[in-house]
Amino acid sequence: MTAAVLAVTFEFLKNQDFWINVGVLATTYGVFALGVQLNIGTTGIFNFGQAGFMAVGSYTMGILVVKSGVSFWLAILAGLGTAAAAAILVGLPSLRLRADYFAISTLAFSEIVRYIADNWDGLTGGNLGLFGYTDTWNDLSTEIDGWLGHLGIAPHFLLPLLVVNLAVFLVLAAFVAVLVRSPWGRVLNAIREDEDAARALGKNTFAYKLQSLSIAAALAAIAGYMLAINISILSPANFDPVITAYGYVIVILGGLGSYLGVVVGSFFLIFLLESTRYLELPLSDARVASLRFVIVGLVLMALVIFRPQGLFGKREELTLRARR
Amino acid sequence: MSESSYALDTDPRPGPLAAGVSVVRRHPLAALGVVIALVALWLGIREGWHELAQATLNGIVAGNYFALGAVGLTLIFGVLRLVNFAHGEFLTFGAYMLIAANALGLPLVVSAVVGVVVTAGLALSLEVVLWRPVRRKRVGELQLLLLALGLAYVMRYTISFVAGPEDRASGADVTAGVTILGLRIGRTELIVTLVGLAAIALVAIGLRYTSLGRQMRALADSIELSETTGIDTDRIVLVTWAISGGLAGLAGIIYALPAGTVNPQLGFTLILSIFAAVVVGGIGNAYGALAGGMLIGVAQEWSTLVINPSMKVAVGFAVLILVLLVRPQGLFGRARSVER
Repeated sequence: MTAAVLAVTFEFLKNQDFWINVGVLATTYGVFALGVQLNIGTTGIFNFGQAGFMAVGSYTMGILVVKSGVSFWLAILAGLGTAAAAAILVGLPSLRLRADYFAISTLAFSEIVRYIADNWDGLTGGNLGLFGYTDTWNDLSTEIDGWLGHLGIAPHFLLPLLVVNLAVFLVLAAFVAVLVRSPWGRVLNAIREDEDAARALGKNTFAYKLQSLSIAAALAAIAGYMLAINISILSPANFDPVITAYGYVIVILGGLGSYLGVVVGSFFLIFLLESTRYLELPLSDARVASLRFVIVGLVLMALVIFRPQGLFGKREELTLRARR
Repeated sequence: MSESSYALDTDPRPGPLAAGVSVVRRHPLAALGVVIALVALWLGIREGWHELAQATLNGIVAGNYFALGAVGLTLIFGVLRLVNFAHGEFLTFGAYMLIAANALGLPLVVSAVVGVVVTAGLALSLEVVLWRPVRRKRVGELQLLLLALGLAYVMRYTISFVAGPEDRASGADVTAGVTILGLRIGRTELIVTLVGLAAIALVAIGLRYTSLGRQMRALADSIELSETTGIDTDRIVLVTWAISGGLAGLAGIIYALPAGTVNPQLGFTLILSIFAAVVVGGIGNAYGALAGGMLIGVAQEWSTLVINPSMKVAVGFAVLILVLLVRPQGLFGRARSVER
């Protein structure tokens, strides 16, 4: 009897919906994790507020389109701007300080954003959510569906989003990977290795760290747009700081400092998480949701303890900054 | 005043703003006193003295659980250099243990003691099975922070998984109230506040006058130096965890009883204000955390006189940012430790 209840079927692996959904979510959290990687893997700053920047960007976009009637594309640009501005606002007082102060400040920021989104009903729709910003996307989606039809691909409501997400993710991953190999990126690396040395060479390390944080925030905003379009309603629950933990799991899984690792790690994590939806457990939905978060936490802890270098990272990169 | 002429050499004409900031930096407590007095005066005249007194009382009630939560968090940071992001979950755990013990038929007071003791026990076991082995592996700072973050989710959602995500009654009578000098306070609220204030006094006295307290503060100052003076650091770390966990459990209970209900997000909704209290007091400074908790509690309740009460949590964040800007080492901390 118990065996029958706990039986797991792998039928879902043959399901097209499953794979498209994994692709859409993996690209979303992948872009999100690119920012985490840039901060923690490349620059060595502990941004624990990535979910907050994601919320600032996507709510800016949603509010401008829905409440002010601004065009979708302009609103997207504005969201990038506000997310980067929020990063500067949080970074200015806290980036000069020790790493743990920065971690606390960013986490606190991310909670405050969610808190405001939850309570400022007039602006954000509060718990009921904000919707009605997807018109432009729907038109575009129909158009992409048409192109895909010419290629002989059967239409699927999420396929256009997957195509766009995948393109954006891969382009951004390549872009950031190139960026960190530029002279600018080498300074970020130097800050991670030895900030005093970088400063001694005349680099304004504070400005570089702020730039790193702002770019990460902009990446979070882009991930926020992907999420906003996918679920077509913005609600505060989508920006729980657990999303930041997703980003860290992806980064540690793939390896600190590795952008290929972000691509692989994001697909791996989301595949794992989405598969748990198909476990036939004799539990209520709320319990299963709790269980998924427990799993994320356990995976993060296990990775950090047993394989901190991830799949493509070097162990030294993590242990270099041993505690004082 | 040879010092000031020295300062004049390096900085010939400081602007009024820079001068003001430097005064605040040199005399933080005096500056804070002036700010509090001015704000109180403004609020008293604007909103009425009775309203101000009521808000202050509410602030002390809230300050209790902030202070008790903050002192454990700051002690663990001081001793282990660990920012325990899972600390809020100790508060939640304590409150749920109270409910569990109460459901087993124990009276509320006994259940509260059970909640505190079991939470202290949980903190102890985590030290033994998780933190100590991890420290022996000489892990990096990032790994410690991520472990704490991961642990927070495991604890919060394990509680949610076992007890369900919905609100649960905490079992106390929240309807009866008393009036003292024209100020309203719930009966349960009054009792737990007195218990909380007593606990705060005990912690402060214990840290100051007992050998254990002195050893804990010595460890918080420098673990290497403490070891050379022959302090059994492993034992003190264990005791610190037990106290940190126990006080967090107590804080959770003190919050939960007058609130009437509990849900798995309890600790997480409080942790932001607790972090603010810790930073205001200076990370690692136990007295600072106690004072910081009270300050955050009163600041949040005072803010409800002029802004939307649902936004009061944001005031904690505003205070946090302000302190980081003006005096990042906190009210009582020392400057050497904050710069990267």
